[in-house]
Amino acid sequence: MTDAQPTLISSLSEAEIAEIRAEVSHYEYPQAASIEALKVVQKYRGWVSDESLRAVAKLLEMSAEQLDGVATFYSLIFRRPVGENMLMLCDGISCWMLGCEQVKARIQERLGIDYGETSPDNKFTLLPVTCQGACDRAPVLLKNMQLYTHLSAAGIDALLADTAAEQNS
Amino acid sequence: MITRPLTRHIDLSRPPYDLAQYEDAGGYSGARKVITGMTPAEGLQLLKDSGLRGRGGAGFPTGMKWSFVPMDKDNKGDKDKKGDKDGDKAPRPKYIVANADEMEPGTFKDRLLMEGCPHLLVEGMLVGGYILQADIGYIFIRGEYVEAAQLLNAAIAECRKKGYLGKHILGGDWSFELHVHTSAGRYICGEETALLNSLEGKRATPRAKPPFPQVSGLWGKPTIVNNVETLCNLPPIIEHGADWFKQLSLTGDAGTKLYGVSGRVNNPGCWELPMGTTARTLIEEHAGGMCDGYQLKTFLPGGGSTPLLLPEHLDTPMDYTEIGKLGSRLGTGTMIVIDDQVDFIGALKNLEHFFSQESCGFCTPCRDGLPWVEKALDNLEHGRGSRADLDWLKRATWMLNMGNTFCAHAPGAMGPLESALKYFPDEFEQRLAQSAARRKSVTEQTAPPDSPLEAPLPNSPLKTHLPNSPLKTHLPNSPLKAP
Repeated sequence: MTDAQPTLISSLSEAEIAEIRAEVSHYEYPQAASIEALKVVQKYRGWVSDESLRAVAKLLEMSAEQLDGVATFYSLIFRRPVGENMLMLCDGISCWMLGCEQVKARIQERLGIDYGETSPDNKFTLLPVTCQGACDRAPVLLKNMQLYTHLSAAGIDALLADTAAEQNS
Repeated sequence: MITRPLTRHIDLSRPPYDLAQYEDAGGYSGARKVITGMTPAEGLQLLKDSGLRGRGGAGFPTGMKWSFVPMDKDNKGDKDKKGDKDGDKAPRPKYIVANADEMEPGTFKDRLLMEGCPHLLVEGMLVGGYILQADIGYIFIRGEYVEAAQLLNAAIAECRKKGYLGKHILGGDWSFELHVHTSAGRYICGEETALLNSLEGKRATPRAKPPFPQVSGLWGKPTIVNNVETLCNLPPIIEHGADWFKQLSLTGDAGTKLYGVSGRVNNPGCWELPMGTTARTLIEEHAGGMCDGYQLKTFLPGGGSTPLLLPEHLDTPMDYTEIGKLGSRLGTGTMIVIDDQVDFIGALKNLEHFFSQESCGFCTPCRDGLPWVEKALDNLEHGRGSRADLDWLKRATWMLNMGNTFCAHAPGAMGPLESALKYFPDEFEQRLAQSAARRKSVTEQTAPPDSPLEAPLPNSPLKTHLPNSPLKTHLPNSPLKAP
C-alpha cells in the first residue's frame, strides 16, 4: 500500500459519500455525523475496515484515532469482519428468565458458534445484545436488525431454514 | 373525555396513521393551538400547572426543568412586546432532544409509542420546540429501533411538506427543523449528558453537572432532553389543559402512565393506565396473573435499575411519590416480575452483567467496581463463592453508590443489589453454604473420575491446580514457570 493511498476519501463509494454528507447536513459540525457515517459504511460493507475508517475520518474532518475511539465505543459498530447474517440474541433480564440460554444453546448446536464468533462458512455471526425493548415477546433476537420474537429451539430451526431459503432464492 | 391520550391512536394490527389520518383524528391541534394562540411563556406555565413529571425514570417535574432554559425577554409573557435590548436574547441555536434510547432492561414502552403513532412524538417535539423557542430538534433513537426510525423519518418528511416543520411554521415567526439521529448501542447514551456527547459524535461519557444542559448543552447551547413518553404528553396537555391532565391520575402525580409487565405472567404487555394504578392491578388484571405453577417472588417496578419490591407492596399505587416512599423508584413504569422458580442469584447476576458491560469506563468505581460485583455474583451462582464475595457485594452498595461515582449508572446498578441483600439475605447465605460444601468435598475427597467436582474451578481460592491461577505452570515465559 502506498503511503498516500489509505486516507483517500475515494476509497468510499459515491453512494456512501452522498449518504454521509446527507447526515452531516443535520448538524452544526461534521463530526456529529460520525456514528451515522460509520453505520453507512457498515451498511454497504458489513464492517468498518481501517481503510474505511480513515476515509470517513477525512470526510468528517477529524483524526482517524478520534474516529476509532468513537467506533470502538459503540457496540453496533463492527471493527472486524462479520458473517453475512448477524444474529444478535437479547440477553436482557426478561429474555433470560424466559429461556434465552436455551435459544443460544440451539444456535450453538446448529451453527457451532459462540458469542463473538462467525460460522466457518461465513454465513452467521452471533453476538449478545442488550434488552431490545420487546420484553412482552421474550425471548427475542435480531437477525440483520429485524426482530424475531417468542423464540424457542424450534423457532431457531425455522429461522435458519428461512435464511437458507432466502439466500438460495 | 379522552382517557388514553398517548395510545388512543395506536392499533398495532394496522400501520400507524399518516399525517392526513392523524389530523382527521384530531392530531396537530395541540401544536396549532400553542403555536398560533399562546406565547411560549403561557405554554410553559400550562406545563408547570399540569404537574407533568419526566417519564424517562427520574420523574423530575418537566415544567420546572424547562424553566431554566434562557428565553428571549420578549417571549416572557407579553406576546406583542418586541423588546430587543442588549442581553434580552437567548443564546442560539437552542435545541430540544427526544431521548428515544430506550435500553433499560425490561423497558418496552417508547417503542410502542414510536411504532404505534410516530406523529404524536413529532407533534410533541413541535409543541416543546415552540415553548422553548428551540431552533433544532433531534430524536435520539437507539440503533436497533430501525422500524421506529423509518416511521419517524416518514412522519417528519410529511410535516416538512405540509409546513409544520421548516421556516415560519403556521405563518408565525418561529422556525424549527427536526432530525432523527440513530445511535449504535450503549445504554449510557440514555444519560442525558452522555447522550449530548454522543449526539456531538463523541464517545458517550457523561458530562459534569453543572452546567446543566438547559443552559449549556449541545455544543454549549441551551438544550432540553426529555423522554419520548414525556414529550408525547405535551400535545394533549396543551389541547385539554392542566386540570384535565391531573384528573387522569388516581393519585397526586398527574396524567396517565405507560405501564408494562414482563416475566412469567400470562399476558405480558404494555398498557396506558391512570397514574397510580397498583402493581396488583397490573399483574392480575392486565397481565392475566402469574403463569400456572409460578408464584410472584419479587418485582422490579420500573426497569432493571429500580430496587426490588415484595408481594406485600403490590397494593401501593405505582407513582413516583408512593413507590419512592418504599425505597424504590417508579423508573420507566415497566415492571419485571421475578417468580419463585427463577434462579434468583442468576437473575441478579444477569442484571449486574448488563450494568458492568454498559459502564462507559470513565470513572473508576463504576468501571472497576461493577465487574467485581458481577464476578462475586458469578462465584455465588456457581458454587464457588466465599464470605469475601458477600462482604464485597455489601461494600459495593455504598462504594458504587450516589456521591462516589460520576453519574447515576453505578448507583442504578446498586438498586437491585442493595434491595436483594436487604430482602433476600437467605438467598446469598444458601449459596455460601453450597459453595462451602462443594469446597469441602473437593478438598477432602478424591473425586471419582467422572465427577463434576473434577472440573476445574476457575477463580476458586483453591488456586493451585486452576487454569487462571497465578501459579500457572504451563505459561511460556511465566516467571512462575515450573523448573
